[in-house]
Amino acid sequence: MTELIFELTSPGRKAYTLPDCDVDVDYDDKIKDFIDEEPVNLPEVSEQDLMRHYVELSTLNFHVDKGMYPLGSCTMKYNPKINEDIARLDGFSDIHPYSADEDIQGLLEMLFDFEKDLKILTGMDKFTFQPAAGAHGELTGIKIFRKYFDNKGEDRDKIIVPDSAHGTNPATASMGGFEVITIKSNDKGCVDLDALRDAMDETVAGLYLTNPNTLGIFEEDILEIAKIVHDEGGLLYYDGANLNATMGISRPGDMGFDIVHLNLHKTFSAPHGGGGPGSGPIGVKDFLTQYLPVPVVKKDDNGNKYKLDYSLENTIGKIHGFFGNVGVVVKAYAYTKLLGLKGLKKVSEMACLNANYLKDNLKKDYYLKFNRLCKHEFVLSGKNQKAENSVKTLDIAKRMLDFGVHPPTVYFPQIVDEALMIEPTETESKQSLDNFIRIMKKIASEAKNNPETVKKAPHTTPVKRLNEAKAMRNPDLKYENE
Amino acid sequence: MAYYPHTSEEIEEMLSSLGYESIEELFEDIPKEARFNDESLLNEGTSELEVSKLMKELSEKNKTVDDYICFMGGGAYDRYIPSTVDHVISRPEFYTAYTPYQPEVSQGTLQHIYEYQTMICRLTGMDVANASMYDGASALAEAVIMAMNVSRKNKIVVPKSLNPYWLRVVKTYLLGSDAEFVMVEEKNGEIDYCDLEDKIDDDVAAVLTQYPNSFGIVENLKEIKDKFTSKKTMFVVMADPIALGLLKKPGDLGADIVVGEGQQLGIPLSFGGPYLGYFAFRKKYVRKSPGRIIGKTEDKEGKRGFVMTYQTREQHIRREKATSNICTNQGLMTVAASVYMSTLGKQGLREVAEQSYKKAHYLFNELTRIDGIKKAYPDKPFFDEFVIEVNTDLNKLKYKMKKEGYLPGIILKHQYPEKDNQLLIAVTEKRTKEEMDSFVSKIKTILKG
Repeated sequence: MTELIFELTSPGRKAYTLPDCDVDVDYDDKIKDFIDEEPVNLPEVSEQDLMRHYVELSTLNFHVDKGMYPLGSCTMKYNPKINEDIARLDGFSDIHPYSADEDIQGLLEMLFDFEKDLKILTGMDKFTFQPAAGAHGELTGIKIFRKYFDNKGEDRDKIIVPDSAHGTNPATASMGGFEVITIKSNDKGCVDLDALRDAMDETVAGLYLTNPNTLGIFEEDILEIAKIVHDEGGLLYYDGANLNATMGISRPGDMGFDIVHLNLHKTFSAPHGGGGPGSGPIGVKDFLTQYLPVPVVKKDDNGNKYKLDYSLENTIGKIHGFFGNVGVVVKAYAYTKLLGLKGLKKVSEMACLNANYLKDNLKKDYYLKFNRLCKHEFVLSGKNQKAENSVKTLDIAKRMLDFGVHPPTVYFPQIVDEALMIEPTETESKQSLDNFIRIMKKIASEAKNNPETVKKAPHTTPVKRLNEAKAMRNPDLKYENE
Repeated sequence: MAYYPHTSEEIEEMLSSLGYESIEELFEDIPKEARFNDESLLNEGTSELEVSKLMKELSEKNKTVDDYICFMGGGAYDRYIPSTVDHVISRPEFYTAYTPYQPEVSQGTLQHIYEYQTMICRLTGMDVANASMYDGASALAEAVIMAMNVSRKNKIVVPKSLNPYWLRVVKTYLLGSDAEFVMVEEKNGEIDYCDLEDKIDDDVAAVLTQYPNSFGIVENLKEIKDKFTSKKTMFVVMADPIALGLLKKPGDLGADIVVGEGQQLGIPLSFGGPYLGYFAFRKKYVRKSPGRIIGKTEDKEGKRGFVMTYQTREQHIRREKATSNICTNQGLMTVAASVYMSTLGKQGLREVAEQSYKKAHYLFNELTRIDGIKKAYPDKPFFDEFVIEVNTDLNKLKYKMKKEGYLPGIILKHQYPEKDNQLLIAVTEKRTKEEMDSFVSKIKTILKG
């Protein structure tokens, strides 16, 4: 058990030094009543205590630099180290957000150039880097939906979401004030065109879609889907979580999408940081550019200076206090320059090769509901293991921890029972995939021959299975011992 | 390229094991009309050496707060970041991990967040804190949504002394909802109490207050809370976390939700992000709250451990009925904030706040002695940011001061069109007496000239 930093506290101990205050000023009478006599009860530790504490905590984590992390829809690829160095250059990290345009020409040039690449990659016409994460991009998109239809004087209050969609899609639609209509997938794992036609009418603002979808299957009818939505006056929104499958191969803009978000912390190698920060720029087609949040980056009329432009006529306003997670954008830009758009195409090819290779090698051991060509990810099921030996997908996932790989996303998408959603990404080598296959096969065999080992897993982790019900029943959300 | 490790032999081997001859066959399910064929648009990559050179060149075209002496604030501040912070957040164990979905191998992240939640609660005087929002402004927006859900009312009372840029974010978040924003006038730099009394009634979901406000003035939270007419109205305070190192906690003065911009807690300026929206509230509202929350529990052998809890509020479980759509947050920035708060500790945060207060008041006193400069809001208490009124064209003054090597502050007219000649100046612990004295003498010279 690792002690809490509060348990290491010794009153009076310090990990900081500050220069002596070189001005002689006392608190004035106006402020006196507002001052708290007692300083905030923060930890009191030495610098060495502090470093040992955080290093010890860090050793309890699994992470990409340690092993394979095949979480479906999360694109846990390797994060090139150069990204980190570049984001820490003073010229990026020490810029005040209210700096004048003339003081941030390098930064604006970068954003402008990156936008150019993203436009080619997606087939969209204009981007904003303001959204700080994928779901934040979705939120920006839904507000554009709202304002666009308000301006057209159309009263549309519903959004269609496939049952295989990420949870953020319906949650976002609700935050936009829309009612969510969920449509079922067909037996091929794709959008059911008849269900879509039935749902789509003049009260529907549009469709949220991921392509390839969360089963890793490319929506073959995408052009027909776009037509159905557009014919009824709706808009098509692209959830970019799965862009790693199709870069340089198929563009959302050409598929008919009107708004797309990208996840720079997935597809473009910016690290996930244990939950964030991300960056979720969105791109729109021409007819929606005036709705983007302000400011956007522009080149001035002479074409040699960059500036922030606040003049968008129908802007939804601002979605972030400043300009989004620019420090994350810097990493994604460096990655894009390293690989080039050609390299990104190769990324998608290798991501899909890896996924198909894993799928093919595991489908005998785990049930594969949709046995067909996949893109960058695929979904297995533990339902046979459950039926035959009462070994649940959760048990399989926990057992994987004992073998030093991270489990896939489990129990999602909800349309597959006992789902194991696997996305290896392109950065895993054949050797690493073969190792993963060996582990999965071994667990499948254990589930048959020695199910208790799997059910009681994990056996080798810093803590064993944790009591989540207790955490809910007796909520302990902060350290109370003052 | 190094980031896909496959040799051409391996690619061939893998393809043939799948029964394919070429990579293209992996994409045959994509309809022809939806394929991208214009290879000529795809540019080439470059080496790490070249990229590193390119990025350095781009970065050198920017002017940093070290190229100037910075007196600019307005929500983002030039503070000293102890070395410990970057050393901890540079550990791949923290920065290359994902959301802690498998708690058995994520105890580092989970225990850290539990500690972070504790520190934020102690800072704000609240019961529960979440594992972060994108930034201060989005945290404020989520607080308004939460207040509307808790109170089941839709009127939001906003003083003009709250940062208009942040309010703009709140309004964008609420686009398409039935929220009704009611503005309260400002009087001498703080909330106009008479107007507040007029505007408040039993239908108010939330009263928002910035602490200190967008002019740097410390609003009297207790007095504002006293004007509430309904118990259901939520008091949402957006607080500067460094100011909380000195001032009374909003939780002790009647706040129900306390949010803020956490950039000052060890996070570099980075042109506005990644920053950190901290978010804290009273326990009884936990089921209506947005974002990730970590709770303490034990494993099956009785060992202490931490898990994500109250997940039934979140989008991955609750879908359209979730309290928010937030998924990816600012996780690594919470590590920075915790390391910052632990490095400074109980005494250090007080000392940073105290030095900021004293230096700001020193500069305020010196500046307002100059002919042509007066105190914009003379009788009001402020913390480390203040407004002066300068009898000159501020754009010209700013231009000249920048040439002399200073970022002299923020011209308030951009946010408040009715405020002429007012300059908002921020002073942190980083500024020295020498820097401030020369700043004063430069301004004096310019005003004379």
